[in-house]
Amino acid sequence: MASSNLEKHKSDGSLMGNVLEWVDARFPATSLWKEHLSEYYAPKNFNFWYFFGSLALLVLVMQIVTGIFLVMHYKPDASLNAAGVPVAFASVEYIMRDVPWGWLIRYMHSTGASAFFVVVYLHMFRAMLYGSYRKPRELLWIFGVLIYLCLMAEAFAGYLLPWGQMSFWGAQVILSLFSAIPLIGNDLATWIRGDYVIADATLNRMFAFHVIAIPLALLGLVAAHILALHEVGSNNPDGIEIKKNKDPKTGIPLDGIPFHPYYTVKDIVGVVVFLMVFSAIVFFAPEMGGYFLEYNNYIPADPLVTPPHIAPVWYFTPFYSILRANTVNFFWIDAKLWGVIFMGLGVMILFFLPWLDRSPAKSIRYRGPIYKWALGIFIVAFFILGYLGMLAPTPGRTIVAQICTILYFLFFLLMPWYSRIDKCKPEPERVTQ
Amino acid sequence: MRAAMLKKYAIALLFAPLVALAAGTSIKLDAAPDRATNKAALQNGAKLFVNYCLNCHGASFVRYNRLTEIGLTEQQIKDNLLFTADKIGEPMGISMSRKDSKEFFGAWPPDLSLIARARASGDGSGADWLYTYLRGFYKDEKRPTGWNNVAFESVGMPHVLWELQGEQVMGDDHKLKLAKPGKLAPKEYDDAVGDLVAFMVWMAEPQAEFRKNLGIAVLLFLGIFFFIAYALKRAFWKDIH
Repeated sequence: MASSNLEKHKSDGSLMGNVLEWVDARFPATSLWKEHLSEYYAPKNFNFWYFFGSLALLVLVMQIVTGIFLVMHYKPDASLNAAGVPVAFASVEYIMRDVPWGWLIRYMHSTGASAFFVVVYLHMFRAMLYGSYRKPRELLWIFGVLIYLCLMAEAFAGYLLPWGQMSFWGAQVILSLFSAIPLIGNDLATWIRGDYVIADATLNRMFAFHVIAIPLALLGLVAAHILALHEVGSNNPDGIEIKKNKDPKTGIPLDGIPFHPYYTVKDIVGVVVFLMVFSAIVFFAPEMGGYFLEYNNYIPADPLVTPPHIAPVWYFTPFYSILRANTVNFFWIDAKLWGVIFMGLGVMILFFLPWLDRSPAKSIRYRGPIYKWALGIFIVAFFILGYLGMLAPTPGRTIVAQICTILYFLFFLLMPWYSRIDKCKPEPERVTQ
Repeated sequence: MRAAMLKKYAIALLFAPLVALAAGTSIKLDAAPDRATNKAALQNGAKLFVNYCLNCHGASFVRYNRLTEIGLTEQQIKDNLLFTADKIGEPMGISMSRKDSKEFFGAWPPDLSLIARARASGDGSGADWLYTYLRGFYKDEKRPTGWNNVAFESVGMPHVLWELQGEQVMGDDHKLKLAKPGKLAPKEYDDAVGDLVAFMVWMAEPQAEFRKNLGIAVLLFLGIFFFIAYALKRAFWKDIH
């Protein structure tokens, strides 16, 4: 066992043992290692869905490392160079063409942005499958939703930096949403942009947010997320608490295994499979058919030419659809403001999930048919919203988006009722394979 | 059983949006020939580009010496292609100023470094669009330049390659007809445009072929590493039941 190796080293008088002893007298190195890895007991029945937490951490590290190298060459400058191209746009192409291996770093970063959302969406879906947000993991879930919010802000700010047509006009659409707020809206939007239009000032502040402010918040929240997880312990596909059945002698959960080495070696397999998919995209389809890098973004930002169709990147489109689905002015409030309100609520409602769910069972394995149907309909509605958000609106599509918006919200709002009346199966005492 | 079915549906749905294509403007594009690895075609394309396009359009991200990657020597580039710069390490710029060009044409002719990537859409690749566009000019007396285009309605650019292609007119059946033949036969013209488009695709991402080749090596490495990682996992987990 890893922990006993540490103990052995410490007492054997070797150089490594002495160094470890010296450090441990001054910093909790060994105890941190034990607490979070070698003696953190995770349920032994993790399945496919449990790869995405460690993968999210991997992508975070990858984004930070590639990001550092990009910042060495990128210039947040909206002025035009001698050839008439914005400096920011030209610096990205400079990275792609003239910086050794710059193209690889840049494609890893742009693909990493989408990959981050893929793994985080799957990670969140896992929590919904197995009730991982339920007591005692409410705060763990809230930290997670905050991470998701930060990620959206990070992706939005980062998408402006290449200063292409979609960067510019996407930011124009999203930042103008603030002007829908009554009374202070227009002033607020101007304050956020730093100018009356999206301009050099906006580019520079988004750069500051993207490389300093949001990553700092993100790292803090990820640390809090992991600390909260290790405080309460991991949930599992059966949704039962392994801490209820401990070995009376050792106090170790009977269904628990040390995270290291068991889940570290298992997660390496997950990492390799993930990297295969990731590399296939980076090396063979970095634009991913226009989903990861939009074609219009290869045209430098031009404030005088509005593209015929402005669509956000795929990870924002479900919420963009909810925004556009609000087409009616009522209660003296403008449809645009309703759109902003519902789009905001669509994300904020996730915070309340732990208290909306009243089901006696946590895991979908022991829940009744109602929750299975509700979750299925919710996922389908979310996908349809995401798909419609990429297309230009038509009257027919708007009606479909409105129906899906209602279904999206009903999943949450009716949950206290349907999760209680659902016929659940009895949960097992011990985890099953 | 039903749970397994539901799981399958859920996983299928996760990948559904990848199947659907981004929206396009729905014009029928002709498929451009793929000549990405054909050095002779790329060199011919470079010649056409420098002679016909690089007077009004720049390619400010492409340095002349990068053309060594399509099989030319620095001396060949200096002797035959280096018209708009003094040094071979300089980018393919133009001498016409932005202000002048706006006065001459009503719009600034865009930089073409990335045009093959920017013109991709749900209708087809950027290469397909360029291939259709450069073969789609026809006489239209209603336009100030006397030219219109099937892929680009009311285009600002006149038909620069008219000497090669000749003059097309739009028939009553909405099909293009060659009214006055040019220096090249229609097949030869299509072939030349194919070379030019291949060069523009190369120019938009010069390292694309290297990227794909490297990708094969990376995936092979990961494939081997997968078996090692999986064996490691199996060895550690053999006692966990």
